[in-house]
Amino acid sequence: MISFEALHAAPLALTAHAPVLMVVGPLIAACAAALAPTARTSWMISVTGSIFAAWMALALLGEVARRGAVDYYIGGFAPPLGIAFHIDGLSVFMALLISSAGVMASLYSGHSLSAEVRAEKHTLVQAGFLLCQSGLLGLVSTGDAFNAFVFLEVSSIGTYALIAIGEKRDRRALPAAFNYLIMGTIGATFYVVGVGFLLAATGTLNMADMGARLATLGDSSVVQAGFAFVVVGLGIKAAMFPLHGWLPGAYSYAPSLISIFLAATATKAAIYLMARFVFDVFPDGAAFGQGFIAWVLAPLAATAAIVCSLQAVFEKEIRRMLAFSSVAQVGFILMGLSLATVAGASAGLFYLGAHALLKMTLFMALGGLAISMGARRLDELAGVARDAPWSATAFAIGAASLAGVPLTLGFLAKWRLIEAALQAGQIWIVAVLATASLLTLLYVGRMLEAIFFRAAPAGAPRAREAPVGVLAPLWILAGLNLWFGIDASLPEKLANAGALALLGGTP
Amino acid sequence: MSFILSHFNYIAVAVLMMAGLFIVFSSGNLIKRMIGLAIFQTATGLFYISLGKVSGGTAPIVVEPNSPEARELASRLDPAYLAQHGVDGVVYSNPLPNVLILTAIVVGVATLAVGLAIAVRVREAFGSVEADEIEVLSRVESTQPGPRA
Amino acid sequence: MNTGELLIFLALVVPLFAAAAIYAVGRMPDVRETLTIVACIVLSVITISIFMRVGAGDPPEWTVAQPLAGLEIAFRLEPLGALFALMASLLWGVNSLFSIGYMRGKREANQTRFYMCFALAMFAVMGIAMAANLFTLFIFYEVLTFSTYPLVTHAGDARARKAGRMYLTILVGASLVLFLPGIIGVQIVAGSTVFTPEGLLPGRVDDVTGSVLLLLLVFGAAKAALMPLHGWLPGAMVAPAPVSAMLHAVAVVKAGVFVVLKVSAYIFGADLISTLPAATWLLWVAAGTIIIASVIAMTKDDLKARLAWSTVGQLAYIVSAALLPLGAGLVAGGLHMLVHAFAKITLFMCAGAIYVATGASKVSEMRGLGRSMPIVFSCFLVGALCVVGLPPFAGMWSKFLLITAAFGTKEWITAAAMIVSSLLGLLYLAPVALRALLQPVGDGSPRAFIRPGGAPGPVVAAVMMTAAACVALFLLADAVVAYLEPMTGSVR
Repeated sequence: MISFEALHAAPLALTAHAPVLMVVGPLIAACAAALAPTARTSWMISVTGSIFAAWMALALLGEVARRGAVDYYIGGFAPPLGIAFHIDGLSVFMALLISSAGVMASLYSGHSLSAEVRAEKHTLVQAGFLLCQSGLLGLVSTGDAFNAFVFLEVSSIGTYALIAIGEKRDRRALPAAFNYLIMGTIGATFYVVGVGFLLAATGTLNMADMGARLATLGDSSVVQAGFAFVVVGLGIKAAMFPLHGWLPGAYSYAPSLISIFLAATATKAAIYLMARFVFDVFPDGAAFGQGFIAWVLAPLAATAAIVCSLQAVFEKEIRRMLAFSSVAQVGFILMGLSLATVAGASAGLFYLGAHALLKMTLFMALGGLAISMGARRLDELAGVARDAPWSATAFAIGAASLAGVPLTLGFLAKWRLIEAALQAGQIWIVAVLATASLLTLLYVGRMLEAIFFRAAPAGAPRAREAPVGVLAPLWILAGLNLWFGIDASLPEKLANAGALALLGGTP
Repeated sequence: MSFILSHFNYIAVAVLMMAGLFIVFSSGNLIKRMIGLAIFQTATGLFYISLGKVSGGTAPIVVEPNSPEARELASRLDPAYLAQHGVDGVVYSNPLPNVLILTAIVVGVATLAVGLAIAVRVREAFGSVEADEIEVLSRVESTQPGPRA
Repeated sequence: MNTGELLIFLALVVPLFAAAAIYAVGRMPDVRETLTIVACIVLSVITISIFMRVGAGDPPEWTVAQPLAGLEIAFRLEPLGALFALMASLLWGVNSLFSIGYMRGKREANQTRFYMCFALAMFAVMGIAMAANLFTLFIFYEVLTFSTYPLVTHAGDARARKAGRMYLTILVGASLVLFLPGIIGVQIVAGSTVFTPEGLLPGRVDDVTGSVLLLLLVFGAAKAALMPLHGWLPGAMVAPAPVSAMLHAVAVVKAGVFVVLKVSAYIFGADLISTLPAATWLLWVAAGTIIIASVIAMTKDDLKARLAWSTVGQLAYIVSAALLPLGAGLVAGGLHMLVHAFAKITLFMCAGAIYVATGASKVSEMRGLGRSMPIVFSCFLVGALCVVGLPPFAGMWSKFLLITAAFGTKEWITAAAMIVSSLLGLLYLAPVALRALLQPVGDGSPRAFIRPGGAPGPVVAAVMMTAAACVALFLLADAVVAYLEPMTGSVR
């Protein structure tokens, strides 16, 4: 059995400041990467910065397990005046997810960027990538609602630029990035307006304080308006159906480094913040919160799971298929959270982690194939398995995990979700899950059939196997899909701790 | 009517926000959409600042008690309020929303800059900043095979 | 690792290793096929020793991993599983012999993939047979579906792909929508999914929950081809004959009824099954399946299609057996699973032999063919009579026990369906062989061989082996019944 309590990943002096170092580390690295003289140096800075953040996240994991939660006052000013970082089991779960996704993506970027982005832009891409990472890590660490907005936008602005830079390979990246910018900014602004209402009602920005005061204040139209604005704003950022229009383009046309990182983290961080507000900040018994979960969140999540899976089934471009699949899978995650039980939240978080891992695997494998051939449509990938067996096999593992084939992490994630839904007595969610899983199987089958079983069209140029620098992180991810499929105690423990932090209660 | 008058700042904010959003969604021109977005964000700024305003309050800069400035400020206040808090009960507006919105403005400017930069690149790549024309040009892309490195 | 764990480990690893080795030496057909045969023999030795240990009351068990709290990947043998593993590994050997003759005789493409998927399917079958809980069983159940999919679509043409799609849709669909929720339901109700003698659920469910779970699990095991989830089986007949013989008479379909038997005996237990209303409804569905499948089989001219429909009916016998009150049919069901496997594989291999020798696939094309292929058609007759249940073939005992059990528990509909379908079976199976053997050639001579020398030697040898087994099991039935007896629990 793994014991997080015994984990002392970093020296005490560092651990004491780990919350802020985790965020500032990549931020400083971003500046350094922007100023780096060569692409290679910037890549090394990017890897170092990401590894440093992951290291700090690990240090925090032990600390949170020992102390329950870590509060860090920026500059020593205690709230309500100062800004506090509040790191509990859920934050650590997200921070580990984001930082390890960052490490994998940055390792991978050494080879992929040169194929996808003009050489002189590499330093800036790495800087933007680190900025984005820093913003997301800050978002999951902070205990201050407005500070969360700032971090959200730090990461988003980095993301807009990074998506746009995919134009070298596909100029549709530009309108996609623009669209995302518009939608993302509207979402963030809605969030700010919502926070403004809450500030007016409670007079504080600290989320814990806010929660405590809302519990005594009770229901009011100001609070409800704040709730609505926050949820809609974050819903856009989280690509919650039907606010997901920006996502397929953004994921599909970005450089693969960015697709990989975004698929694993961006919407997930917004889901995190939404869960914080819905379960932590707003009073547990509030009728509007309950009503929202039962009559808005769950039905929308279910619709997303079905409709977007269908869209993926009929899509022709493979990266767009994966993007639609992501929206559908966000639906799965939200269905888990909407059960509003510890088991449901834990299953939702487990699914969130599993989906991050497997989507990274898929996008990275595609990226590996795309280095030698800029395939867009599914039929261009016909027979690729013959020429690039390692990338194709890793893709197959990721796809199996997505479809929920036994002995992969994805299967256990579905298992936990269905179990939680049955325990909560929500039979209809089980039915939706099963149907959506079937649809998932359909489009996964389409992908695998093209890659493995169809012959390459005559005269088509041959693909090349991806270089080792790509295969190494790719196979680490694929291997984790399989390893966690057999022993998932680590993600399970992390997800349970996260769910407990979110909903309270005993395991 | 009194409700409208006492909440006129919020109504103005709401109108501005709706106007901004309407421009964002109705216009096909990327630059106009950015303008709409800016209006939308500015309305949020107004919203925050009016939240922080305390009627009769002054700028949140500490005034020495019993000084002529303090008396001068107090003279502007409601007598009932003074009776409760004394002559030196200098009232400050809440500084926090102002600080917050300063940050939000910075974020907004950065967004605007990135957005306009992307719009410039869109024009270079597609020769247009009209969403519907870009849409048509994009459709060609989805039928072509990807470029090979 | 003790001996029991080692045996389980080997039973899983040998087919897996065989699959890898087959892939590695794919360019050398002789080495590849020798490897397959060696793997069959080694696996048979392993399953025999497992079978012996279970018989001696020392069942091997092995807990491999615990993916989530409360969920284990674990193996534990009991009589039915040991019998299933033994049967599958022996028949894999015979079928490999047949495959070598058939695939070479037909000069089929992609033979390496064929043998590899076969080995993978055996890996899955071993996992299913040895699983200690529903969770483990489900894992291997899915592996079986996916590893046999390339075999079904082996021909690669549009028809095969269509059949493959239906195969996957029905099997995976049922297991996702019905089986998996059923298993998770059991997990929630009972806190585990372990196969427990006397049943896991008694005392933990009311009638409604129990009925729902039973329906989910029985229909979810769509490999048992209970109507209306039977469509994949006749469709899968586009596969080459060895695939139909091994998978759609032995491994896949038997995995389905094996699951139903296991669920009935070890999850619900005989007593609980007797009280659940859903069990009665399922008995009616099974009786309907028996009759409808037999009637459809009569109308089919294509020999393999006729055999497939006959299989649908016979599988429903075993499902009925599993659901009869008081566990009366469990042992008979287990015996029928074994006997029908041997008989049906004989029939399918005969069909394959006829096809490879003469190209005839329709019953109407086989008039008088017995004159030129006497051994094959004699063996076909043996298999047919065994399926129908006439002495001196093993089918007689299993049918006798089944019908007795149905009468004993006053399930008249089931009993009637079984009797009627046996008579129908006599009408649609026996004449195939009899006409070919007895009826004088009408106008001219029988179809000529398209392959000089008729059916290849290994094919005929394989057919003779399983036909002989049909007779041998007639004598051994008593021993098998005694072996399976512990399954019904200590009540009897």
